[in-house]
Amino acid sequence: MNSEQPEEEGRPVGRRVLLGTLGLGALGVVAAPTLQRGLESVLGAVSGKDPTGLTGLLPNGGGFRYYSVAASVPHRDATDYRLTVDGLVDHPATYTLADLGALPQTRIVRDVQCVTGWRVPGTAFQGVRLSRLLDAAGVRPTARAVRFTCFDGTYTESLTLAQARRPDVLAALRMQGRPLGHEHGGPVRLYVAPMYFYKSAKWLSGITVTDEVRPGYWEERGYDVDAWVGRSNGRDDEPTS
Amino acid sequence: MRRFGPSQRWVHRGTAALMGVCVATAACLYVPQLAELVGRRELVVRVHEFAGAALPLPVLLGLASRAFRVDLRLLNRFGPHDRVWLRAALRRDRRPQSRPAGKFNAGQKVYASWIAGATLVMLGTGLLMWFTHLTPLVWRTGATFVHDWLALTVGIVLAGHVGMAVADPEARRGLRTGRVSRAWARTEHPLWRP
Repeated sequence: MNSEQPEEEGRPVGRRVLLGTLGLGALGVVAAPTLQRGLESVLGAVSGKDPTGLTGLLPNGGGFRYYSVAASVPHRDATDYRLTVDGLVDHPATYTLADLGALPQTRIVRDVQCVTGWRVPGTAFQGVRLSRLLDAAGVRPTARAVRFTCFDGTYTESLTLAQARRPDVLAALRMQGRPLGHEHGGPVRLYVAPMYFYKSAKWLSGITVTDEVRPGYWEERGYDVDAWVGRSNGRDDEPTS
Repeated sequence: MRRFGPSQRWVHRGTAALMGVCVATAACLYVPQLAELVGRRELVVRVHEFAGAALPLPVLLGLASRAFRVDLRLLNRFGPHDRVWLRAALRRDRRPQSRPAGKFNAGQKVYASWIAGATLVMLGTGLLMWFTHLTPLVWRTGATFVHDWLALTVGIVLAGHVGMAVADPEARRGLRTGRVSRAWARTEHPLWRP
């Protein structure tokens, strides 16, 4: 029997394939900005006409991505949704969905920018200006900040009082002309147009006026508290507002 | 006849288990429906990171075994018959006589080297995304881009790898028990001389 292994000899192609893959990977990291721009324009155009939704699964295929930090999130609708406003205010209040819907509505169309990189262009949010809710509650002079809690039981956010009073900060009830669905944080979510989207807490259930900013859920895990798009978290995205 | 010893089988099992965890957690982070179902984003990210960081460990531990090192050498070296095999594969010629192969065929060799390189790229880009303060922003964005697209590619290639294993029970038996039938070895790996 022939005992020689024919494959003991030969050229080390395996090593070359491995090193080649590594090299391509490194090249990809360097060339990413150029490649990404090209792909985004192609995929963005395609995903708009894609009935299967498969392009949404491709990296940078456009559209929102669902992030939840809680194990499960209860569903709330017009019958059992409540938004409370309390803390350093003269008139604590509780709003139903109908109460919020009856207040003057503001519509804002801006890009949505996630701190993980995805961006959704020209997204319409509509709802009640946060400043209106704060004014109605009568914020006391000692107040400095606002803390937001959510009915997922876990997520929290916060803004300084000045940030919360900006005209482009809403308690949003509608997105893209439709009532805000559960997967987008409905029935009511916070919408902070000029900041990374983790500030726009989903499933908003509580607004508490406080004397200092308390870092929110992701901020205790390293994200910036003042999350201006393009000027925080070490990113240089185009500002959204 | 004997195809694999315990070292090769355990390296394969360990790598497969870790890769499985990486793919499953990646799907829960990435596919909206699964993300919605599972939630717990921070925990899933943590599991994904540690499984990914541990992915090269089985191979590194395996290097202590001579049998494993011999197989690595066989996977690395390409002889003239491998060229014949790859040509036949490109022509979709499935006849065994046009697919000469030693202990590993040329397809397995290419797969092994590519997945090893791809795993290291995933590890490197993953670390850039994990320890964000270590590198400038452009590197991180680039790393995210490569990590995302390579993940998709690895997923497709892995599906092919698993699909081919499903279609070949004797190859699976080789990795499960270490032994294969003589007849299978003669048709699939005619140049293999154990």
